Amino acid sequence: MADTTQAATDGAPRRDFLMLVTGAFAAVGVGAIAWPFIASLQPAKDTLALASTDVDLAPIAEGQAVTVMWRGKPVFVRNRTAKEIEEARAVPANSLPDPASDQSRVQKDQWLVLIGICTHLGCVPTGQKATDARGEFGGWFCPCHGSHYDTSGRIRKGPAPRNLDVPQYAFTSDTKIKIG
Amino acid sequence: MSIGLHNSEFKNPVVRWIDQRMPVFTMMQKEYGTFPTPKNFNYFWNFGALAMVTLLIMIATGIFLSMNYAAHTSLAFDSVERIMRDVNFGWLIRYIHMNGASMFFIVVYIHIFRGMYYGSYKAPRELLWMLGVVIFLLMMATAFMGYVLPWGQMSFWGATVITNLFSAFPVVGNFIVELLWGGFSVDNPTLNRFFSLHYLLPFVIFGVVFLHVAALHITGSNNPLGIEPKGPQDTLPFHPYYTAKDSVGLVVYFIVFAVLVFFAPNYLGHPDNYIPANPLVTPPHIVPEWYFLPYYAILRAVPDKLGGVLLMFGSILVWFVLPWLDRSPVRSMRFRPLARPFFLLWTVCFLVLLWVGAKPAEGHYVLIARIATAYYFAYFLVILPLLGRLERPLPLPESISRPVLGGGPLPAGAAAKPMEKA
Repeated sequence: MADTTQAATDGAPRRDFLMLVTGAFAAVGVGAIAWPFIASLQPAKDTLALASTDVDLAPIAEGQAVTVMWRGKPVFVRNRTAKEIEEARAVPANSLPDPASDQSRVQKDQWLVLIGICTHLGCVPTGQKATDARGEFGGWFCPCHGSHYDTSGRIRKGPAPRNLDVPQYAFTSDTKIKIG
Repeated sequence: MSIGLHNSEFKNPVVRWIDQRMPVFTMMQKEYGTFPTPKNFNYFWNFGALAMVTLLIMIATGIFLSMNYAAHTSLAFDSVERIMRDVNFGWLIRYIHMNGASMFFIVVYIHIFRGMYYGSYKAPRELLWMLGVVIFLLMMATAFMGYVLPWGQMSFWGATVITNLFSAFPVVGNFIVELLWGGFSVDNPTLNRFFSLHYLLPFVIFGVVFLHVAALHITGSNNPLGIEPKGPQDTLPFHPYYTAKDSVGLVVYFIVFAVLVFFAPNYLGHPDNYIPANPLVTPPHIVPEWYFLPYYAILRAVPDKLGGVLLMFGSILVWFVLPWLDRSPVRSMRFRPLARPFFLLWTVCFLVLLWVGAKPAEGHYVLIARIATAYYFAYFLVILPLLGRLERPLPLPESISRPVLGGGPLPAGAAAKPMEKA
């Protein structure tokens, strides 16, 4: 690089400028090339097209629960009994690890819709079947690390940091919901 | 070799710390920084670097394609269509990979032409040349198996025809074919093993390329004059002179590549490969990919099954012995008044074979293919060996600097001493 005859007064800043411009172009180029490759790793269009699931609630009797798949995850749909709803509402929300009222977690009192994945490390809690362990609060129990969820799907005891998530869903009729 | 820390010349403390323990920076500096390179390269000397870049592009795009590809006869075609339609930028990655194969062959054919025209295969670079032929054979195998993966009509029938070539060999022929197929026809086991090998071979190519470059850095590069550098006045450090020159070629290469990918992505392909494979219906006119057409033409030029297959394989295997067929001590065709037109005619023959390979094997096309095939082999087996004895080459320049600098004086003692290489 010492072969510039114009010496340091003029040659060096110009060379610095050229180096910076070249470097900037290279950085933009690398970014532009990396973009499609990284984007290709994101969910494809057909994966996104499977992003909603319809559930018919009519066959689900009171006290019964079903599990449906949505985006490859289990979604719990539970037709709660009056006793379960009452239990969930009897607890003062701000005494819970992740405070949330039962009303804020349902659209219709009897229908509880949850993503069935423990917020600790992603196991599927038990409690969908009447014979399953439901934990100390009558909701769900995660066998992996012992998290107890109540009848509103809120974390009550154990290592999970958050309540079971409520997915986006809407009632398309009195007995049908669309998740996602 | 002495034991202990390497005596690094790097000043940056982190670089120095690594370099003392593992002198990769010293090695890179020696092989790609100060590496003495003949100063009279023309743009033909870009194509080695371009081939290296293409290999990296093919490996990168291939890895991303394989993440969405399913190597099963019932899924393969649809998974490729899903890449084209649903995967984000899947169309781009696949079109780069598809046309990258064509770019790879264009670049490598020019690279081989360069080697033949300037006599780069001659002593002491015979092994370098032979490793290059190995790379080319591996490339052909990789490209062929890659073309099978989309499982379209051309994939299937191309695979059927090419694997059946091996049935021409007596006694072991059918055994080899069943070994390739993993069954009694091209089917799911074939697709599975082709996918596996298509993923493996590029890394084998990468290894042989490393050997190719390692051999190159022992003998040093040939140059358009075909005479060895006689001292530092005949060479330039690789960086920045040839990194810069290669970059210029790289920009032009990317423009051509981009035109193909964005404006004519299917120009070099065959539309029949967008029809799912059907083992019951052969397309009326099967042609291999364009880069295999010369050998396909040679295959069809011979009216005998085994003869055709042998000539086809022989047309490339003969390159291995090229350093010993061409006995002329003069490398560059610039100084070979007879070999030069004969070689250029050979090049024309190669292109004629490429053209005729895409035509139906009937009528005058057969005659053209036969004449071109005959000359293809005659050049290697008759003309070159004879010219080595009969030709009177033009006088060679005294040094690389002479023609460049218009006859500057040679430093004393430089003339006889070949350049020292580490």
